[in-house]
Amino acid sequence: MTDNEIEKIEIDLFLEAVFRRYGYDFTHYAKASIRRRVRNFLQKTGYTRVSEMIPEVLYNESFFANLVFDFSVTVTEMFRDPDFFLSVRNMIFPYLRTYPFIKIWQAGCATGEEVYSLAILMTEAGLYEKSTVFATDFNDPALKKAKEGIYPIKNVKDFTANYQKAGGNLSFAKYYHAQYDSVIMDKYLKQRITFANHNLATDGVFGEMHLILCRNVLIYFDRELQNRVLSLFKDSLIHKGFLCLGTKESLQFSDVCDDFKLIDAKNKIYQKKF
Amino acid sequence: MKKYKAVVIGVSAGGMKVLTKLLSMLPENFSLPVMIVQHLHPSQSDFYIRHFNEKCALTVKEADEKEKIQSGYVYFAPPNYHLLIEEDRSFSLSCDEKVNFSRPSVDVLFESAVDVYHSDLIGIILTGANNDGAYGLQLIKNNGGLTLVQNPSEAESAVMPQAAIAAGGADDILSAEEIGNLLIRLDKKQQTPVYS
Ligand SMILES: C[S@@+](CC[C@H](N)C(=O)[O-])C[C@H]1O[C@@H](n2cnc3c(N)ncnc32)[C@H](O)[C@@H]1O
Repeated sequence: MTDNEIEKIEIDLFLEAVFRRYGYDFTHYAKASIRRRVRNFLQKTGYTRVSEMIPEVLYNESFFANLVFDFSVTVTEMFRDPDFFLSVRNMIFPYLRTYPFIKIWQAGCATGEEVYSLAILMTEAGLYEKSTVFATDFNDPALKKAKEGIYPIKNVKDFTANYQKAGGNLSFAKYYHAQYDSVIMDKYLKQRITFANHNLATDGVFGEMHLILCRNVLIYFDRELQNRVLSLFKDSLIHKGFLCLGTKESLQFSDVCDDFKLIDAKNKIYQKKF
Repeated sequence: MKKYKAVVIGVSAGGMKVLTKLLSMLPENFSLPVMIVQHLHPSQSDFYIRHFNEKCALTVKEADEKEKIQSGYVYFAPPNYHLLIEEDRSFSLSCDEKVNFSRPSVDVLFESAVDVYHSDLIGIILTGANNDGAYGLQLIKNNGGLTLVQNPSEAESAVMPQAAIAAGGADDILSAEEIGNLLIRLDKKQQTPVYS
């Protein structure tokens, strides 16, 4: 057996230990990318073999907390893929406008940039006041940052450019307050957002939504877990509710493919069939 | 005889020209799947794909998440995503942090390719202005794969080839044309049935 094959066994055992001990299931993550995460994490710990981390993770809860933080990739930005947000404005909002209240679930919100982008769009469309937005992630430190809504000022230039590309034509500066080298998002934008811990691999439905956004999360899952999460989304949507995925994700080949109509192929916007 | 199963290529600044040359050399019956990480602007349109498709006898496309790797195809990592290869020879994408200031990163592709193809892999580093890929190429070499680097004197930007050579990962240093010819020769040899 090669070292490479042995390492595969070690990774399986390690993820199994994490799952049985803490209930966090990484066993259905796409193997190649979770392997990368495990290797990177191993390097930081100073151990040389993955299996050496098994007793450590079993008996040391703070080691586990570091692991979750490290395994979950929170790379995000405001108005990521501006064209997508433009499409939300033009194709989804006209539908949402017809409802007396609107419930939105943003799954995998990371540090919050995406949900604030959405809140800005909704404000401009006059829809925010009648909305409730649930922003969830399984990474608590990321959720805490999302709640604070404080971002490095050096990112604001890109955020502003994205905002404009997404069809924003007001002054983006009205949505944040600068202090030293950070900006804090305006309080108004936080009003209708509830941040909560929710693990897509193990937790269930928690309400009926008009719109679900889950972008750049499913790429990390294997087909089986993708299907679990997608049927969770299907069950959480009202008829004719919308589902938005990342630009490199799709319902094609998934179990729920026939339950949705493709609305915007480039931006991966789907609508649940009646 | 050694049988290669895939080709991985890393390329950055100056890549359009050399890739156009290399890809247009590959014949229709070239059997090894080709996976390429080219550093592009994150919001790059698919113009480059259309361009290469016109020049290349093989089908050129951006790799899709979970797509099965097939012979007769040239796959590019989508701009702003890392490209990885799974055990069942399908693709994974990730938006993990940049590696060597790059996403997609050559090292990420090469490392995951080694996990799957082991020694049955050909790794190539072409022109580029950073040192992404130097580690990955060395890894391919250490695992018994074949590693080729574009001659820095020919490369539009010599930094990436030089870094790969300095890291000790190059089996051979060749011009783009020689690399193309070698690929074609190796593939032909593999496809010829061996009677014993
Ligand atoms: C790359 S970020 C995407 C952020 C944002 N949606 C975007 O597209 O910019 C992926 C997020 O998914 C979260 N995530 C990964 N696995 C999860 C799970 N099982 N349950 C909930 N969130 C998860 C990670 O913590 C991370 O914040």
